[in-house]
Amino acid sequence: MANHIDDATIEYVGILAKLELSGEEKEQAKRDMESMLDYVDKLNELDTSQAEPMSHVFPIHNVFREDVVKNGDGSKECLANAPEEQDHSFVVPKTIV
Amino acid sequence: MSILDLTAVELGKKIKEKEITVVEAAKAALEQIKALDGDIHGYVSYDEESALKRAEEVQKGMDDGTYTGPLAGVPMAVKDNICTKGYKTTCSSKILENFVPTYSAQAVENLIKEGVVFLGKTNMDEFAMGSTTETSAFGVTRNPWDLEKVPGGSSGGSAAAVAANECFMALGSDTGGSIRQPSSYCGVTGMKPTYGTVSRYGLIAYGSSLDQIGPIAKDVTDCAALLEVIASHDPKDSTSVELEDYHFTDALVDDVNGMKIGIPKDYFGEGLDAEVKEAVLAAAKKLEEKGAIVEEFDLGLVEYAIPAYYVIASAEASSNLSRFDGVKYGYRAKEYEGLHNMYKKTRSEGFGAEVKRRIMLGSFVLSSGYYDAYYLKALRTKALIKQEFDKAFAKYDVILGPAAPTTAPKLGDSLSDPIKMYLSDIYTISVNLSGLPGMSLPCGKDSNGMPIGLQIIGDCFKEKNVIRAAYAFEQTRTYEAPEIAKGGAR
Repeated sequence: MANHIDDATIEYVGILAKLELSGEEKEQAKRDMESMLDYVDKLNELDTSQAEPMSHVFPIHNVFREDVVKNGDGSKECLANAPEEQDHSFVVPKTIV
Repeated sequence: MSILDLTAVELGKKIKEKEITVVEAAKAALEQIKALDGDIHGYVSYDEESALKRAEEVQKGMDDGTYTGPLAGVPMAVKDNICTKGYKTTCSSKILENFVPTYSAQAVENLIKEGVVFLGKTNMDEFAMGSTTETSAFGVTRNPWDLEKVPGGSSGGSAAAVAANECFMALGSDTGGSIRQPSSYCGVTGMKPTYGTVSRYGLIAYGSSLDQIGPIAKDVTDCAALLEVIASHDPKDSTSVELEDYHFTDALVDDVNGMKIGIPKDYFGEGLDAEVKEAVLAAAKKLEEKGAIVEEFDLGLVEYAIPAYYVIASAEASSNLSRFDGVKYGYRAKEYEGLHNMYKKTRSEGFGAEVKRRIMLGSFVLSSGYYDAYYLKALRTKALIKQEFDKAFAKYDVILGPAAPTTAPKLGDSLSDPIKMYLSDIYTISVNLSGLPGMSLPCGKDSNGMPIGLQIIGDCFKEKNVIRAAYAFEQTRTYEAPEIAKGGAR
């Protein structure tokens, strides 16, 4: 394998991805990422120096509109999806220590 | 002939002419679901009660002239990554197992206005990440042509449900081939419209620059009719494009005289099954006999589409899926210490292996130090691939090739090797990278009796060329349903 993903990198990716991996999952993730990156390295065969990065096929513009409320309150329906709810609010772990 | 053998447009006509009631049609589909879906598992969920209630309402609406469209009264299924207000939308993921959207996707709103009847939500690869529907958290879907084989993916549930007559048509979504490849494997017709044609509002995002909602149905006519309903300019989706012409069904004419059809040599090389090749080239011959000008050409860069796609789609997925954190909706881990640990545990327990794999790859390619080498490199490659298609469409009205390199593989064969699974999308992925419309329709069967799909690709916003070529080819054969579809409810 050409690409090598070390422990520090997979740890860092776990932080970015907000994923907690077990020891075994980490090893699997390293192997998966190495083989994917080996595969993706095929792109290096291509000379892309003359091409601009294309994020969208068509030109994308900001679409502006007046800030008018069109939907209703909906808070009851939204809260119905809450994993935990109390006093018409979402319950989350304490964030300010 | 059973109601179930009708196409969506044929059924719509019979309902309008009062030969069949909306309730009868809905009941027929529901009975078929009950008879077959235990084996096929095309649906994540369906709701008999609400479907029948809706059927009664639609019948009233048709009787009083509220609903007059060609698809009014037709029972259909919706892929489970498309939001349906008040009805569970799971993306076939544990993390959204109990999620009930507070609004419907614009495509669904358009269908409500048309007067269709919703039966339920179809199974898919988790968050549309997969090519076999095996990454669903709720179990695999089986191919109605052979229950030991995959239906394709990610819209495998929609394609299987249509093939098994468990609905008359369905919505799918296509990010790298997720409508066309399962349509090919299941012997039905599916279309990915030009990016921007159908609003993505309410489609749970995977790769936002590539995702499109599209129709899956029994034939080209149904696909064109369904596309005509779901396509609209939507101010709620900033990438939605206002078209000059939404009359896709006008292109349903059996005439390809003088149409220029390009066959990319690169689509017929190594990796393509010999029987698939033969069937697709025979289809090209049929169109040539009808007066089309068929020519081979070099498309180029075909082998770079998949690696570019996985970088771009994974990058976008890592960003899009960051919203699933267990705070406002969806699954939340039971035990955790503090906020960040809750995020991590929730996501680690809530997402499946393939989703985590892509989120990690996406996070990596976007991270400082790798962004230029991987992400920007992939976006530059995308620009070059688009140029190849621009060159081709300067010469041809449509491009014709296979939808997938093989017919449906056996269940379990693809999961062990992700890259092998990714290769099944080699002919469809570049169409998403270039924003083009593409359609897959059946063109034969292999020696095991599995359907083979023909792909027709058009230039941006030239859906009508695709529909015309597909319709003309379709006239040379008759639709065939799998045996199991006939053995269900009568």
